[in-house]
Amino acid sequence: MDDADGAFIDVRDLTKTFTVRRRSGLLRRTATRVHAVDGISFVLRRGEMTGFIGPNGAGKSTTVKMLTGILTPTSGRLRVAGVDPWRERTRLVRRIGVVFGQRTTLWWDLPLRDSYGLVRRMYRIPRARFEENLARCVELLELGDLLDVPVRQLSLGQRMRGDITAALLHDPDVLYLDEPTIGLDIVSKARVRQFLLTLNAERGTTVLLTTHDLSDIEQLCERVVVIDHGRLMYDGPLAGLHEVGRGERTLVVDLERELPPIEGIPGARTVRTEGPRQWLAFPASASAAPLVSRLAAEYPLVDLSIREPDIEDVIARMYAG
Amino acid sequence: MADGKPRSLSPGPGGRLGTLLDDAVWGLRAYGFIVAMWVRSTMAYRASFLIMLAANFATAGLDFAAIMIMFAQVDALGGFTLPEVAFLYGTSCVAFGLSDLLLGTAERVGRRVRDGTMDVLLTRPVPVLSQLAADRFALRRLGRVIQGSLVLGWSLTRLEVDWTPGRVALLASMVLCGAAIFGCLFVVGGAFQFWAQDASEVQNAFTYGGTTLLQYPPTVFGKDLVRGVTFVVPLAFVNWLPALRLLGRDDPLGLPDWLDLAAPAVALLCCAVTGLVWRAGLRAYRSTGS
Ligand SMILES: Nc1ncnc2c1ncn2[C@@H]1O[C@H](COP(=O)(O)OP(=O)(O)OP(=O)(O)O)[C@@H](O)[C@H]1O
Ligand SMILES: [Mg+2]
Repeated sequence: MDDADGAFIDVRDLTKTFTVRRRSGLLRRTATRVHAVDGISFVLRRGEMTGFIGPNGAGKSTTVKMLTGILTPTSGRLRVAGVDPWRERTRLVRRIGVVFGQRTTLWWDLPLRDSYGLVRRMYRIPRARFEENLARCVELLELGDLLDVPVRQLSLGQRMRGDITAALLHDPDVLYLDEPTIGLDIVSKARVRQFLLTLNAERGTTVLLTTHDLSDIEQLCERVVVIDHGRLMYDGPLAGLHEVGRGERTLVVDLERELPPIEGIPGARTVRTEGPRQWLAFPASASAAPLVSRLAAEYPLVDLSIREPDIEDVIARMYAG
Repeated sequence: MADGKPRSLSPGPGGRLGTLLDDAVWGLRAYGFIVAMWVRSTMAYRASFLIMLAANFATAGLDFAAIMIMFAQVDALGGFTLPEVAFLYGTSCVAFGLSDLLLGTAERVGRRVRDGTMDVLLTRPVPVLSQLAADRFALRRLGRVIQGSLVLGWSLTRLEVDWTPGRVALLASMVLCGAAIFGCLFVVGGAFQFWAQDASEVQNAFTYGGTTLLQYPPTVFGKDLVRGVTFVVPLAFVNWLPALRLLGRDDPLGLPDWLDLAAPAVALLCCAVTGLVWRAGLRAYRSTGS
């Protein structure tokens, strides 16, 4: 079960190196090593909903595959529910749900209903439990009309909802979602997010969510783990990212008339002007009050508003730095 | 930090061997219900299934038609009469047909790896081999088994063999061990694709080439080739060593008598080696980058 200190997922100095052979010339082949995951450590507790983010090729999917037992780590220690996922794979996956946004876990040629029937037998889910869970997912994810449609005829958003249901029928303790909202429209995204929140609140399911859509993270996760080039960049509350990423808030001021860019306000710099409107950036950690009073004293102010730092900018800056 | 020592996930009282046995039983059961699912869904289109079955039967029959045509010219091929050749053909055909029916899809590893669906198989609590072999189970492959059985049945009525219980058992073991060995070839061929994703071609040369070779009596081919086939690939155990004994023939290689009784042992050994190779293949699996 869990480790003594309550860690449900325990990752220590995890690495995964791929050897890639490329043809370089007529007969020669050179081997290069790709350090997809390069010494990552983190701990997830039961019931936590964590965002796992990083740019393309950061090693997110590779980490998730090791957590699931699909790949063997090159080195490091990995425990999920107290066991080594690769060694105990067939036993451990009963407690895990996985959704790969990029590909379906359902049977392409079978209607959803038959796919779920197979899932029930594979996971040996008691029938009453199965019916109950299925009914719940069908209701919350609005799958009712789709149960008899072969998977290959489903739209992307419909299929994704079908996949999420398949991953939850056996009441997993932990759910890995690798880009579950990729390609979904706003309505489908909202539905999936609401569903995940409900799931986490009611069942206490531990969720690890990989995504490039930062609004997913903002709405779902209190904690984020950021990796880049296989290394851990940040692990902590979402709010703390701003400081790490040198987040800046923006003061939008409307002046009486068009003026040259505002200068001489300590701690702030003008980043943009457009007619009488100007944008001033200042550190997210600083207070806006002294800035505003100083501005009001020196310039003919008509209106002003403050914009919180954009998480996407913050992360982009982190990746670059 | 509790290192390992899982409580709910620990092996049962049977220990390691018990777990292994449990896994095998579970793997077979899972294979069974996945196959049942596919058969049910095939049967939804009964007419098209029957057409496919007939086509499969006919394709398999073409092989034997070629042998019949040869016998229209000569009375014996390499010293073997038509019923004897039919016997060799029938046994290897049934053995191959059975393994192809039950395990033929196990060699789709390469495609699974490339399109990324291998990852999906690995996320389910069922041995990958069961899922792979049962996937899109094609009952129409029964066509070859039926055709082979008919040829075999016909040859049995023509051969002058005294069917003692021992000989009947030998015939059964020939077919079953043969199927097991062919099955191992499919699985090993699949396992190699974890390392080299385009090994599928090489392996087809082994299995499909293998059966064609076995359908002709061994003396037609050069001694070295036959020796190679006997030892490099244990295919000959499938068919001709036991068959020669049943037909009361001399073994052209002069191998000791007990060797043709060794088929079950060889089949078991093959299964064990195959199990290890498969496991090593899974361990070497590296998924895809996307
Ligand atoms: N099977 C593989 N063989 C070789 N290299 C691989 C393999 N899988 C991943 N890689 C490499 O490892 C690195 C990390 O890949 P990974 O798929 O984990 O990234 P990711 O963070 O999921 O990216 P994305 O956001 O694009 O999905 C990449 O450089 C990739 O090329
Ligand atoms: Mg990825």
